[in-house]
Amino acid sequence: MDAVHLRNLSAAYGGQQVLGPLSLQIQPGERIGLVGRSGAGKSTLLNLLYDQVRDRAALVPQEQGLVQALSVFHNVYMGRLNHYSAWYNLLNLLWPQRRELAVIEPLLERLGIGKKRRSPVAQLSGGQKQRTAVARALFQNAPMLLADEPVSALDGPLAHVVMGFMTEAYDTSVVALHDIDLALAYTTRIVGIQDGQIALDAPSHTLSPADILPLY
Amino acid sequence: MLASPTVRVTLIVTVVGILCAFLGDLAITTVNPWQDLKDLFLGVVTPDFFSIDQVGVALLRTVAFAFVGVALGSLAGFLLSLVFGSRVIRIGCAFVRAIHELFWALIFLQFFGFHPLTGVLAIAIPYAGIFAKVYSEILEENDPTPERVLPEGTGRLARFLYARIPDALPHLVTYTSYRLECGLRSSAILGFVGLPTLGFYLESSFSQGYYSEVGAILILFYVLIATLRHWARPRLIPAYLVAAPFFLGDGLPIVWGNVSRFFTQDIVPAPIRDGDGLGALGDWLTQLLLNEALPGIWNTLLLTQIALVCTGLVTLIAFPLISRHFGNRVSRGGGHVLLVIARSTPEYMLAYILLQLWGPSMLPAVVALALHNGGIIGHLIGRRSNEIQLRPDAPSGFNRYSYELIPRVYPPFLAFLFYRWEIIMRETAILGILGIHTLGFYVDSAIQEIRFDRAILLILVTALLNIAIDVTSRRVRRYLRLQTRVTCEGH
Repeated sequence: MDAVHLRNLSAAYGGQQVLGPLSLQIQPGERIGLVGRSGAGKSTLLNLLYDQVRDRAALVPQEQGLVQALSVFHNVYMGRLNHYSAWYNLLNLLWPQRRELAVIEPLLERLGIGKKRRSPVAQLSGGQKQRTAVARALFQNAPMLLADEPVSALDGPLAHVVMGFMTEAYDTSVVALHDIDLALAYTTRIVGIQDGQIALDAPSHTLSPADILPLY
Repeated sequence: MLASPTVRVTLIVTVVGILCAFLGDLAITTVNPWQDLKDLFLGVVTPDFFSIDQVGVALLRTVAFAFVGVALGSLAGFLLSLVFGSRVIRIGCAFVRAIHELFWALIFLQFFGFHPLTGVLAIAIPYAGIFAKVYSEILEENDPTPERVLPEGTGRLARFLYARIPDALPHLVTYTSYRLECGLRSSAILGFVGLPTLGFYLESSFSQGYYSEVGAILILFYVLIATLRHWARPRLIPAYLVAAPFFLGDGLPIVWGNVSRFFTQDIVPAPIRDGDGLGALGDWLTQLLLNEALPGIWNTLLLTQIALVCTGLVTLIAFPLISRHFGNRVSRGGGHVLLVIARSTPEYMLAYILLQLWGPSMLPAVVALALHNGGIIGHLIGRRSNEIQLRPDAPSGFNRYSYELIPRVYPPFLAFLFYRWEIIMRETAILGILGIHTLGFYVDSAIQEIRFDRAILLILVTALLNIAIDVTSRRVRRYLRLQTRVTCEGH
C-alpha cells in the first residue's frame, strides 16, 4: 500500500468551521491513535479520511453501521460483498454458505460472540454489537483500517482482546480512542486533536499519559 | 396565544370551515328522517343472516378482489419505489393515486365491462401509486451507515438486499397489511358501481328497505375487518394469494371492440371527434369548465373544508374514549368498539346510508367523513396519548384534558389532520356519485349521458385539485414544523 497524503482537510457544520484546515500523512505500517476531547473533531476527521481512501479501507464507524434485522453472520459477511457475484451473495443471504461460515465462525469465537452467530443484531447488547462491527472490518481484510471508538462499550480485558486482534490483522490503521492507556499500548503514533486542529503528533513510545492529558 | 402558528392555523381553518358551512347546503329534506334511522338501527340489532343467500359469495368476492388488487398494487408499487427518484415517476404516481378507486372503476367499466379485471385494476392502480410513495419513504428512512461501510465495488443488488431491505422489511410488511384493510373497504364499495362485492348487496337490500339484511351485511363486514389479524396470518398469505384469483368470479367477457372504441373515439373531445375545429373545442372547454368543473370544484372545496373541521372536532372528542388517562377499563373497551366501527365503515357506505335517511344535501357527507376520519385519527391520537407519562399529582377530568393532554397531542393531531386533508378531498369528490353536487356528481352524470370525453376531463380536474391540496397540506405541515411519523398510518 502507498502512503496516504491528505492536504487541506476541513469541515464546516452549519457555517461553523469544525475541523482543519489540516494535513496528515499516513505511512504503510503506521498505526495511528486519534485522541482528544469528545467533540474535538476526531469522528469528522475519520469520516473525511474514509471518503479519500474508500477503495482501500475498512471502516468501523461510531454508529457501527450494522443492519439490525440481519444475523451477526450476515453482518460480518457484508465486509466482503464486493468479492462475490450477486447470485452468490443472494444465495448466502438465504442459505449461509459453509465456506463463509468456516472463516467467520472462528473470528466470532475469538471475539467471544460465537454463540450469537445466528442472532439478529437487534437482539445483541451494546458490547456484542460493537464486536460484530469490528468482526466485519476484520473479515473485510482491506489494506487499512479506520475505526471510531471501536471498544468504547467493552470492559477492560475484552477491550484488550479486541484491540490486540485488530493490531494483529491490520498493519496500517487510524483508530480514534478516548482511553489514553489503550492508545499508547496499541499504536505507533499518536495524533491529538484539539478544536479541530492537530495539537500533538508524536511516536507513541516517546509519550506518557501526562503528555496527552492536556488535550482533555 | 395568537402568536403561536399552531393556534393561528387552527383559527383560520375553523373560520373558513364555518364560512363554508353557511355557504353549503346542510338541510335534512326527507319527511321522516328519524323514523328511518330508527328502523335502520332496529335492523342492525336484529340482523338477518339467512335471507340473503348470496352474501357468502359476496364476502368471498370482496376478499378476493382486495387480495388480488392489493397484491398487484404492492408489487407494482415496490418496483416503482426503486425508481422513485425520477420526477416523471413521482408525478405519475401522484396522479394515479389522486384518482379514487371508484373513478378508476367507472373508467374501466366503460371498456372492460363487468369483467373481474375492472375491479382488480380499480384497486391495483391507485394503490400502486400510494405504495410507491410510502415504500420509497420507508426505504429512505433507513439508517444509511450500513451502506456507507460496505466495501467499494459492492454490486447494486447485494447493496440493496443486504443493507436496505432487511431493516425496512418489518415496516414494509406493516404498511402493506394496513393497506390490505383499506383494500377490503375499497373492494366492498366497488359493489356500489355494480361489481359483485358486499356494497352491491348492501345497496340492493337498502333500496328495498330490508334493514335486517343491511344489518347482517354491516355486521359481517365489521367482523371481517376486526378479525383480519387472525385470519390473514403472514404464513397464510401466500395461500390466499394463490387462491384469490379463482374467487373473483367470471363476470362478463371483455369486448375488445369496446376497448379500442373507448380510446380512439369515446374519450376524444366531441368537437375534435366531429371535426368542428379549434373554435368549437374552445367553446366546448369553456362550457364544461363554467357549467360543471367550477361548480363541482366549489362544492368539493366547501364540503372538504366543513368535513375537515368536523373531523378535527370528532377526533378531539373521540380520543379520550380510548386514552388510559381517562375512564376505566370498561369505558375504554366501549370506546375501542365505537372507534373500530367508525373507522372500519367506509365513508362511502356511511354517506350512502345517511343520504337515504336524510335526503341529498352536504350533511350526510359531512357526518360520514367526520365519523370515519375522526375515528381513524382519534385512534392514532389516543394511542399517542397513552405514551405520555403524567406526574402522579396531575389534575383530573377536564383540567387534565385541557392542560396536560391537549398541549402535548395537539401537534401530532394537526399533522394527522392535514395528512388526511387530501384523503378527505378525494372522498368528497367521489361522494358526488351519491347525488351531492361535488365533482363526482358531474363525472357520474357525464357517464350516464355516455359523454366519456367530459367524464375523463372532469376526472383529470379532480386529480389536479387533489394534487393541489396535497401540496398545500405539505406546505402547511412544513410551516408548522410538524413531524409526521405517519407514513405507516396516515394514509
